[in-house]
Amino acid sequence: MNDMRLSERAVDAQNIKIAARNVQVYYGDNHAIKDVSVDIEDKTVTAFIGPSGCGKSTFLRCINRMNDTIDICRVEGDILIDGEDIYDREVDPVQLRAKVGMVFQKPNPFPKSIYDNVAYGPRIHGLSRGKSDLDDIVERALRRAAIWDEVKDRLSAPGTGLSGGQQQRLCIARAVATEPEVLLMDEPCSALDPIATAQVEELIDELRQNYSVVIVTHSMQQAARVSQKTAFFHLGHLVEYGETGHIFTNPEDPRTESYITGRIG
Amino acid sequence: MNAAQSSGVFGLGPTGLVVLAVIVLAAAGFVLARARAMASAGGDARRLHSLPNYYGYNAAMMIAVPALGVLVIWLLAQPALVQNAVLDLIPQRAIAEGSSINLVMSDVRRLAEGLDVAVAAGALSADEAADIVATGTDIRAVLGNVGVALGSDVDPEILAAAQEYRSLSRLWSWVMVAVVLSLALAGMAIALRSARAGFRARNAVERGVLWLLILAASLAILTTVGIVLSMLFETVNFFSLHPWQDFFLGTTWAPNFRGNSELSILPLLWGTLYIAFIALVVAVPIGLFAAIYLSEYAGPRLRSVAKPLLEILAGIPTIVYGLFALLTVGPALVTLFGRGEEGLLGLTWMTGATSVLTAGLVMGIMLIPFVSSLSDDIINAVPQSLRDGSFGLGATHSETIRQVVLPAALPGIVGAVLLAASRAIGETMIVVLGAGAIAKISANPLEAMTTITTRIVSQLTGDTDFASPETLVAFALGLTLFVLTLGLNVLALYIVRTYREQYE
Ligand SMILES: Nc1ncnc2c1ncn2[C@@H]1O[C@H](COP(=O)(O)OP(=O)(O)O)[C@@H](O)[C@H]1O
Ligand SMILES: [Mg+2]
Repeated sequence: MNDMRLSERAVDAQNIKIAARNVQVYYGDNHAIKDVSVDIEDKTVTAFIGPSGCGKSTFLRCINRMNDTIDICRVEGDILIDGEDIYDREVDPVQLRAKVGMVFQKPNPFPKSIYDNVAYGPRIHGLSRGKSDLDDIVERALRRAAIWDEVKDRLSAPGTGLSGGQQQRLCIARAVATEPEVLLMDEPCSALDPIATAQVEELIDELRQNYSVVIVTHSMQQAARVSQKTAFFHLGHLVEYGETGHIFTNPEDPRTESYITGRIG
Repeated sequence: MNAAQSSGVFGLGPTGLVVLAVIVLAAAGFVLARARAMASAGGDARRLHSLPNYYGYNAAMMIAVPALGVLVIWLLAQPALVQNAVLDLIPQRAIAEGSSINLVMSDVRRLAEGLDVAVAAGALSADEAADIVATGTDIRAVLGNVGVALGSDVDPEILAAAQEYRSLSRLWSWVMVAVVLSLALAGMAIALRSARAGFRARNAVERGVLWLLILAASLAILTTVGIVLSMLFETVNFFSLHPWQDFFLGTTWAPNFRGNSELSILPLLWGTLYIAFIALVVAVPIGLFAAIYLSEYAGPRLRSVAKPLLEILAGIPTIVYGLFALLTVGPALVTLFGRGEEGLLGLTWMTGATSVLTAGLVMGIMLIPFVSSLSDDIINAVPQSLRDGSFGLGATHSETIRQVVLPAALPGIVGAVLLAASRAIGETMIVVLGAGAIAKISANPLEAMTTITTRIVSQLTGDTDFASPETLVAFALGLTLFVLTLGLNVLALYIVRTYREQYE
């Protein structure tokens, strides 16, 4: 264990943010993730692609231990963030999730005001020193999610009253408000129209400055547009992982090639 | 009255016979129309506009619906019409003796029905019954033998009226049979003529179904309106006998059947609301917490056992809860708070086992499954994606419940609480047995008080005279209760509708 960590440090000291080693996930008897090992870099957008049901979401949910909320789900293997095993007994999954934010497939703003939606995480984790501090945090998060100008005049309006694309950007603002180090996004654009999708993609590119972003996507074009690294999953296996440009132009595995050219999907 | 006119076969009167005949005709119409439609399509069902059975249903509908509809209206209208015709036969003299035309008419009807029963029982032949003369035979004795008791000896005029009543009824009944049967036959003819391949039987049946549903819906609404109107009518009667100021603004409830009662709703309303309040204080937190546990924490195995169990609890008749109040909770409270001698707490606060607290506690227990079952459904309806969103931000389970799930479910929960409140206000048996019968306004929950519902019961049971304010007050109380619970329900619906989050 320790040796491995040392060797990684030697190779890519600052760059590896998340390191997964021999991860297995079971839903009851269903073996959903089979022996996946992957290194995800900091300040990089990593795309997970693959046909439906191949385990992309499942693997993504391992990274912030959201699978703990599913009774029948069992995770084996190690996942390290900054060299720390997040499945260690010492680690509080609740604290972990403040550090590893998540944006879901369907926008899910809480039935609260826009302000309260964004302030939700900071309040829970006691990140602000007072009302004006909290105001600053909310404004910064909303600006970073590129939605500030649209909502600054109606912060007390319900978040559920926004359009789909605005709701998704609100959810991104909500996630970045807790100052996470990693941002996980599970098909964040699948419920959005093309214009909103373009806005969110632009946003993802900006978020890369500060975070390690992992995005699950169904759209190959999207993966090619926003990501630097791409991982291709198939039937629970991580088939191929590498530079996005490389994967799309020059895939090594025949399964990757057939998926990219549209022969399996 | 129709079963009594047993001139028919199989002991059925003309009404029974005609219903039977219409049903037989409808069945025959079904078969014939279906066959005709098939024949017109050359035996190939695919060339029909609709499935063959639809032609049959259409015919059955055309035969039965107008005929039976006219039958029902006829049965409702005939007695009044016959009565009007008979009215002329009754001399002024028979009415003058301190009674009213209505009482005399009811004597006539009784006598007429008595004669019919006697014929049916074989005590008289049909001819004898028709020719019977008041002076010749002792009608009272004859009818008494077959179980029809008459109040006094029979007046010749009344007997004549009764005979006329019988013969008119008989005559009109046969006219009714003729009309209904010809309607059925006409319907059959029309349906059979139209049972051809091009006829859109499916659409016709569809329209029939639609009207059936509309009829059911309007019956439900009309009966409600009828109930309210009848209560309103009696309430107006009450207020013409008793000042409304005393009813709404007085402070004493002291009915006195010799007259001069004080009939104020306020003490009763106070008791009702106080008991309901205690019940909600018990039921809402417990029910809500139970619902939160069941829907958020409990495993599927526990849920599958606990949920039906709670629902069974909700189905226990309230009289059983009343017994529980009377036999268990009341005495337990007496042991605790002391009556006469000191109780466990060293106090002597109770005056009896019945008290506001007894009834309130037991009613609260009754409402727990109601509140928890409703809230459980509401909490389950909060989308999982909201919980995931909250967990994903690093919130704990209880933070998620407090800050996301409950606020999202709040409108529904408020609605559930208001529904529980309107049940508590309308509840009767528990307060009859648990709260006592003393009407007063007091803040002490250990005293016996009484509620609107129990007073309605007590004003209407026993010897009642429907012209005295002491009886009629029950309707005013009932109407107030109705308005109160209706208001609560409307408010509950309004809150749920207005503040419900629209998911999806
Ligand atoms: N909550 C769950 N309970 C049971 N099985 C699940 C659950 N979520 C996913 N699975 C199973 O795990 C496998 C991978 O699913 P998922 O990770 O959602 O795939 P993807 O996101 O790539 O479409 C599928 O076979 C799916 O049926
Ligand atoms: Mg998925």
